Amino acid sequence: MRPLKPDAVLLRDPAPSRAAYRMHRLWLTPLFRSMLRVGLPVFTVTFSAGLYLSDDIRRAEIARTWESAWTAVGERPEFQVNLLAIDGASPVLAEAIRSRLALKFPLSSLEIDMEAAAARIEEMDAVADADLRVRSGNVLQVTVTERLPVVIWRTPAELSLLDIEGRRVSRVFSRMDRPDLPVIAGEGANAAVPEALALLAAAGPIQPRLRGLVRMGERRWDIVLDRDQRILLPETDPVPALERVMALDKAEALLARDVTAVDLRNKDRPVLRLAPDAMTILRAPQGVETGASSL
Amino acid sequence: MTDLYQSQRAMRNMRRAAMQRGVIAVLDVGTSKIACLILRFDGPDRLREADGVGPMAGQSGFRVIGAATTRSRGVRFGEISVMNETERAIRTAVQAAQKMANVRVDHVIVCFSGAEPRSYGLAGEWELQDSVVTEQDVARVLSACEVPDIGDGREVLHAQPVNFALDHRSGLGDPRGQIGNRLACDMHLLSVEASVIRNLLYCIKRCDLELAGIASSAYVAGVSSLVEDEQELGAACIDMGGGSTGLSIFIKKHMIYADAVRMGGDHVTSDISKGLQVPVAVAERMKTRHGGVQATGMDDREMIETGGDSGDWEKDRRSVSRTELIGIMRPRVEEILEEVRMRLDAAGFDCLPSQQIVLTGGASQIPGLDGLAARILGQRVRLGRPLRVQGLPQATTGPAFAAAVGLCLFAAHPQDEWWDFDIPGERMPARSLKRAIRWFRDNW
Repeated sequence: MRPLKPDAVLLRDPAPSRAAYRMHRLWLTPLFRSMLRVGLPVFTVTFSAGLYLSDDIRRAEIARTWESAWTAVGERPEFQVNLLAIDGASPVLAEAIRSRLALKFPLSSLEIDMEAAAARIEEMDAVADADLRVRSGNVLQVTVTERLPVVIWRTPAELSLLDIEGRRVSRVFSRMDRPDLPVIAGEGANAAVPEALALLAAAGPIQPRLRGLVRMGERRWDIVLDRDQRILLPETDPVPALERVMALDKAEALLARDVTAVDLRNKDRPVLRLAPDAMTILRAPQGVETGASSL
Repeated sequence: MTDLYQSQRAMRNMRRAAMQRGVIAVLDVGTSKIACLILRFDGPDRLREADGVGPMAGQSGFRVIGAATTRSRGVRFGEISVMNETERAIRTAVQAAQKMANVRVDHVIVCFSGAEPRSYGLAGEWELQDSVVTEQDVARVLSACEVPDIGDGREVLHAQPVNFALDHRSGLGDPRGQIGNRLACDMHLLSVEASVIRNLLYCIKRCDLELAGIASSAYVAGVSSLVEDEQELGAACIDMGGGSTGLSIFIKKHMIYADAVRMGGDHVTSDISKGLQVPVAVAERMKTRHGGVQATGMDDREMIETGGDSGDWEKDRRSVSRTELIGIMRPRVEEILEEVRMRLDAAGFDCLPSQQIVLTGGASQIPGLDGLAARILGQRVRLGRPLRVQGLPQATTGPAFAAAVGLCLFAAHPQDEWWDFDIPGERMPARSLKRAIRWFRDNW
């Protein structure tokens, strides 16, 4: 008996067609393969992105969308800053910082350029260091380290306060505004503030008579006392020289005499400059009279 | 002949290029199957420092990375008869092997079994000019060989120098640098039908492949299935394929004779098909599952269902005894072996010092064949399997793949052939240029 369904299934030819064979060989070619697997997707993505972005309207649309998304995030209450708190500054300085930052609250913390703001605060003379951070409770916290004035520097134009490094802190209008601080003067005096402070410390016994220090030729100090007396200090080692004068003063009351200047610039040859007529007055009781002039 | 010389040289260059690229395919175009192996060459010194493994016959230098076999179509007696069908079969095999190897191959080395190979022994002599043998002298002695008339429409497939003699010293492998007066050489030349080669070349070209070498499958089967001392002392390899049975005789590691009998396993199958009135596919199955050539006492009781689809119950339900099957197979196998015996006798196989015979090829798997062959061919018969090469799948290690494996060895380590030597100086174009200059000088 014949089977009902003849299972004479036409066997498919196992041989690949010429095209299939060639395609397979092409696919096995390494360069072609890498081009197809890497080159083609990269090209497609780049090309389609370029095509999409080549339209001005679309680009503007994308920029606007981005902007609005950024704004929407920035306007959330979590990112809002409502208050500026300044620590470590005197009320005057705090007011100056406020006006300098010129922030209009409420503000999104994403919009504040902290670095630039810190730099702007640190540009101010009175500020040594500023630290900005957004604190919890939507507060912009500014922690300021102020410069501490140690001397008054008198220049032809104004009186200014200097800190220990010689940096200008602020302006004063009158010497009497800060009577606690000593006065220095002369060009380049701000570059030698520590030395000036050392001299002032050494000049303790004559403190009441001291008027100030003058920087001469940007290299050495003169100490100016009342009665127009001056102590001319050398360029090097001024403090021992001053101490020497102090010792002389203590022993011989040198500065109480009629001397206009004590010149110690050359330490081997200290010189005293007397007032005009001082010699004559000194010699008169002894009956010595010279025909010299006022010298 | 010069044409062939050039084309063979071109093939050698192609092979060198393929070795440099590292991937080459070998293709065994047989009558019953087409096998394609893809080899990767990792460079010669990859295994050098491994423990005690030398380069051997070159089989350590490569690795089989792809193997595919397909049923052959359009091939009869080892020759292409239907070109389109063969091309499709080659495409199938190559594509499957490429898929397995995941690499594209462009160069292929091919072997085939048919085309009526004929062997010739050639001898040449050359008087040395300055007593030291140079490469040019070797080239001259090879070109001094007397070329026999190989007939019209035939081509030289192999031309291998098998022996060099210098004065009275014979058996030199490499005479270069030796001192003597008279250099002689023996060459083995194998010629085949040119049309067969042309058909094969056309098929390969249609598959977008470049031919990097061509070999006789009798020769490459001998290379793979004879062990080294058999090749050295003298042995014959009988490659029993589907449509033809190739035989090659080796001595001193050179092939000295090759021939083919145009009968093989397919003829056994068709005998069964005709004798038992069954389809060829059924006959093939009966041959491979129940076949044999030695009768035993069990055979009468072992009944084999033929099956069938004819619609006639009586015909479809027949069964035959194994005795009948053996009775059909044995005469044909005997005929093939007798024919081989005749060819061996004609080649003077009796005179060799060692007369080892190795049976290989798909048809050598018939049970009891070695006993039958021992009666016909002589006592020293063994069944041979191809050498083991790296990476070869288990399914392709059988004797049916002797030619394919031998082709791998051929690809890795080819025997020097005539066209591998230098062109003798007289034939160089520089010579003719010199002659032209002389002509000018004489006449102007």
